[in-house]
Parts: sequence; structure tokens; C-alpha cells
Amino acid sequence: MSFLQINNLYKNYGPVEVLKDINIQIEEGGFLVLVGPSGCGKSTLLNTIAGLEDITSGNIMIGGRQVNELHPSQRDIAMVFQSYALYPTMNVAQNIAFGMEMRGVPKPEREEAIQRVAKMLQIEPLLKRKPSQLSGGQRQRVAMGRALVRDPQVFLFDEPLSNLDAKLRVDMRTEIKRLHQNMATTIVYVTHDQIEAMTLATKIAVLKDGVLQQFGTPHEIYNNPANLFVADFMGSPAMNLIPAKLRTDDGGIIEMTRANGDPIRLPVSKMSAPPGAVERDVILGIRPEAITDLSSAQKDNAHQVEVDCLVEVVEPAGADTFVMTSFGGKEVMARMNADFIASAGETVPFAFNMEKAVVFDPSSGVRI
Amino acid sequence: MSVASQQTSVRTGLFSRALIYTVLILFAVYYILPLFVMLVNSVKPLDEIRGGNMLALPSEWTLAPWASAWSTAQIGIEPTGLSPYLWNTIKMVVPAVAISILLGAFNGYVLTKWRFKGDTILFGLVLFACFIPFQIVLIPMATVLGQLGLAGTTSGLVLVHVVYGLGFTTLFFRNYYAAFPTDLVKAAQIDGAGFFQIFFRILLPASGPIIVVTVIWQFTNIWNDFLFGASFADFDSMPMTVALNNLVSSSTGVKEYNVHFAGAILAALPTLVVYVVSGRYFVRGLMAGAVKG
Repeated sequence: MSFLQINNLYKNYGPVEVLKDINIQIEEGGFLVLVGPSGCGKSTLLNTIAGLEDITSGNIMIGGRQVNELHPSQRDIAMVFQSYALYPTMNVAQNIAFGMEMRGVPKPEREEAIQRVAKMLQIEPLLKRKPSQLSGGQRQRVAMGRALVRDPQVFLFDEPLSNLDAKLRVDMRTEIKRLHQNMATTIVYVTHDQIEAMTLATKIAVLKDGVLQQFGTPHEIYNNPANLFVADFMGSPAMNLIPAKLRTDDGGIIEMTRANGDPIRLPVSKMSAPPGAVERDVILGIRPEAITDLSSAQKDNAHQVEVDCLVEVVEPAGADTFVMTSFGGKEVMARMNADFIASAGETVPFAFNMEKAVVFDPSSGVRI
Repeated sequence: MSVASQQTSVRTGLFSRALIYTVLILFAVYYILPLFVMLVNSVKPLDEIRGGNMLALPSEWTLAPWASAWSTAQIGIEPTGLSPYLWNTIKMVVPAVAISILLGAFNGYVLTKWRFKGDTILFGLVLFACFIPFQIVLIPMATVLGQLGLAGTTSGLVLVHVVYGLGFTTLFFRNYYAAFPTDLVKAAQIDGAGFFQIFFRILLPASGPIIVVTVIWQFTNIWNDFLFGASFADFDSMPMTVALNNLVSSSTGVKEYNVHFAGAILAALPTLVVYVVSGRYFVRGLMAGAVKG
């Protein structure tokens, strides 16, 4: 029995369907990240879980209890907003205690809870300050403190890090992960940043135009994307998506065209032969790290294929060197060893790990 | 910004500077002159005024006109001075300002944070109150006050001013709250605060600037109102503006100009004080509402 369940959820604004048939389950203590481009409905989905927006049909269960009709305050959830939403006229301690005050918790108990949370988040010296006297990172902490103090069944985070600068964002990301490990409370987290999604989640739900594209572990999402959108959206640098032909006559061959018109053939293993046709147009998806130089390639990998390719651009990035070539009219990025030396115009052997390759139908975008 | 303006002021020569100041001083004199005439003549004996020269300083200083205007001057048929009517006005202004502001703030809260179908149309209708001339509603209002049994009472006047003020107070607060982050309302909902708790604990404490604006606006308008006071008030509830009129336009006896001046200043003093004390908030608050709204 999963802890948070969303079943066949639909949400309409008048005639516009913003969420279509969403089904998500997450176990207790899980970290669910809702990710997608802006306008995909991820924040709306979070708001429906919080009860800030009504749903049109379907149901939401938290801890085995249906919460569809419950007021936000009765769902046993806490939420951290993108804007932090700290009450401007109250100081930090009052902000943290406001929820308890509303629920009639006696004062000594409130004081104790404030101290406990302040200690956990290291904001004790700030308790008497107003939100306007805090920095962005401090406000973020206070907003989390206000959520933590409720000790809810589910935490909801609505793009909590997007107002912070890059360095602070990475720090707070680690802190949220640590917090989750210590408390083991279920978290639902909305972000448009796929790296945040990969690093934090135990389960990721990728949304686009109100439709759930794929739901799975970060590993599944990254390595077995369900369709072209997920493949393209998750991962940085993005997955190479190359128009190609799939031939199933001798065990599965992917055929692409080089810049000069010559064909390049790569064997594909785990490919189920499409019924009937011997040859069909496909899109080959292969991540940059699955294309590398010979020295960093796994020698004993049976799916390793070596192909000579023309180097077009070399981008040293410190830890890696990214090398650009092109097939099928598309730029293809390979992630080489940092010490890899080549210059544009040279032809060098590239090692393709075809075990990591995936193939999509070009018209529907669905994975074959 | 300040550097730039300094540079321009350096470049403008002495002559143009002198010209600017002359014009400014002329305008200042022009605006201050009526007040000066009133003040100077309110501390002169009547004979000196009748002797001519309204602009001259008094040769004999006296506070008798002020005392007379305050407590002994003939208002209508009673020699009471303006003091009882000042009290009438306060009894009318304070509740009318408080109630209209509270209701306006509440309207603004509902219209921005608890949106419902047709809320913009409703807001448009409320705004009509800002554009209807007072004279149009005199007769229907009199009928309503009569039916409510409030004709000729201070409560009746309070009701009239609250109804008329609601359009403006709603407009001010709606625009202010439109810029108020809705996330705060959501957070408070999750924290378990109810409809009224959110209003009184979250929004109202953060409404300082707009409250100042609305207080000044409502206070000045209601304090200075003459038409409603003259139309709907009885002798017992007559506000100061009407009393001042009765003092000045009494048709018997000698026209005591010095007393009239003193009375007029007395009647205008509270609004002047309110404006001087909080005028800068007024401009600031109006701008804030205008830009963000």
C-alpha cells in the first residue's frame, strides 16, 4: 500500500484540461519530484495535493485517507513556497509558530518547538528578526522551519530553490537531501531543473502539457526514457537524438548517414523486431557518456563498438572533454576523457556503448 | 540621480536660478495669502478691519474673536459658538472613517483573495459610487434615512458617509491587496487560519501605508462635507461646516469678520493637522497603489 496515491486525477479550468489522468503512487518516506517545463501543470498538481485547488475528478489519498474534500489545514501536510511566503509583519519565531497558534497549541509547547526547529536549521540567532531583514538563504531556511515544525505526513516543496543564486542552490539542495534522510518523511517536490530532480528524487514524475510522460526511479528515467520528450528533457548535456534506419534482418542494425554521405552501421542488441517490416525509420537516442574515446571505454563490454568519426568541435570542460561530430544531419556529442587530445578535422575512433542506446519511433516519439 | 541634478543646477546660471526662485516665491505667496489674511484679521478688533487694509498686521492684538467663535458667537438662534458643533462633527467623522475603512479593506480582501464569478463586475459597480454626484442621491437618501428612522441623527450622517466612502476605500484596498502575494494567503490556509484570521492577522497588519492614505482621504472628505450635513442633520446633529455657514451668513446684526475668520480656521484646523502630520505617507501610499495595482 503506497503512502501517497493519486488516482485518475483530472483538473480543468473551464474547458481547458490542465491535468489529464494522472496516476502516481509513492511509498512512505519517498521523495517524489514532479518535473517538467513551465506550464506543464506540475505546480497545479502540487496545489491539488495541498488542497489549494479543487480537482475535477479522480482522488488523492494520503496515508490511506482520502483527502479530496479536506481543507488544506486538515490534510496533515506542510508546504514551502517558491516565494517563501513568510508573513511580513511577524518575526521569524512568530512565523514558525503561526500554524501551531492557529491550532491552539499552548505557548510553552510552541516555544519548545520553535527552539527545536531553529536548532535543526541553525536559525536560532534570527528568531527575533522580521523576514525583510533576512537574506534569501535565511528566508529559505525559515520557510522550511515553518514546514518542519508541523511534523506533517507529507512535505510539499514548490520550486523552493529557484530564487537562490547558483552556489546557494547547490548547498540547499544537499541540505534538503540530508533533511530528508534524517526525517524520512514523504516529500513531494516541484522543480523545472532536471538536475535537482535527478539528485533528490527516489521517484520522478515527468510532466508535459498536463500529461504524465513517465514515472519511475531516476535511474529508469535517465536510462530508459519512455519517449523522446523525456529523453531530451532529462540529462545535461542532452541525449543525442539522431535520425536513423533500423534493419532487423541480421540481428538488428542501426544505419545512419555521415556528413559526407557514407553510411555508418551499429549493431543494436535488446531490440524487439518490429512486426512485418525489415527496415524502418527510427530515432536513435544515445547519451554523450555512452560515446567515448578508446582509453575510457570498458574493454570487456560486448556491446562496445568502435567507429572512426570526424571530429568537428572540441570543448574541454575540465573534468571531461566534449567532442562534437555529426550523423544523420544532427550534431552528436561525445564525452571523452579529460586528457583526450584531438583537433577539429581529424578522424579518430569513437567507442559506442550500444547497450545504453535506445530507439524511438519518429512519428509518435514513443520508445520502441 | 543626485549627481546629475547637481550638474544641471551648476550649469543653470545665476540669472535663471534667481528667476526660478522668484516665480516659486510668487506662487508660494499667492497660495499662502488667503491663510495669511484669515490669520491676521482673526486677531484684530472689528474696527481695524472696517477701517480698510485687510493685509496689514493688527495694531492691537486680541484673541477675543477666537474666544467668541469658539464659545459665544450666535449660531442660528443660540449663542453657543462653534464648540458643540465641533463635537458633533467628531462624533460623525470618527465612526464614519473607521467603518468605511474597515469595510473597504474587507471588500478589497474578498475581491482579490477570494475571487468569485462576477467579482470584477461587482467591483465595477462599487466604483460607481466614486462617480455619482452627491446632489443626485439627496432625495432618495432622505427617503431611506426616514424609513430607517435615522433622519436628522448623527448615525444617519455616519451611514450616508460610509455608503459614499465605500467606493473609494474599496478601490484603494483592492489595488493594494492585488499586489499582495497570494502565496501568503495559501500559506496561512495551510497553517489553518480561517477567513477572518487571514484578514486580521496577515493582511491588515501589512496594510499600514494604504490605511494612512484612506484615513486622510476619508477624514478630509467627511470633515469638509457641507451638503449632506446641511440636508440630513438636525439642529442637535449639525456638523461644524454647517454651523460655520450659519455663523457667517447670519443676516442680523453686524458682520463680525474677525470672528468669521477665526471660526473658519477652527473648522479647517483638524484636516490641516492630519495632512501635515501624514501627508508624505499620502503621496507615497497613493503612488504605491497606483503603480502596483
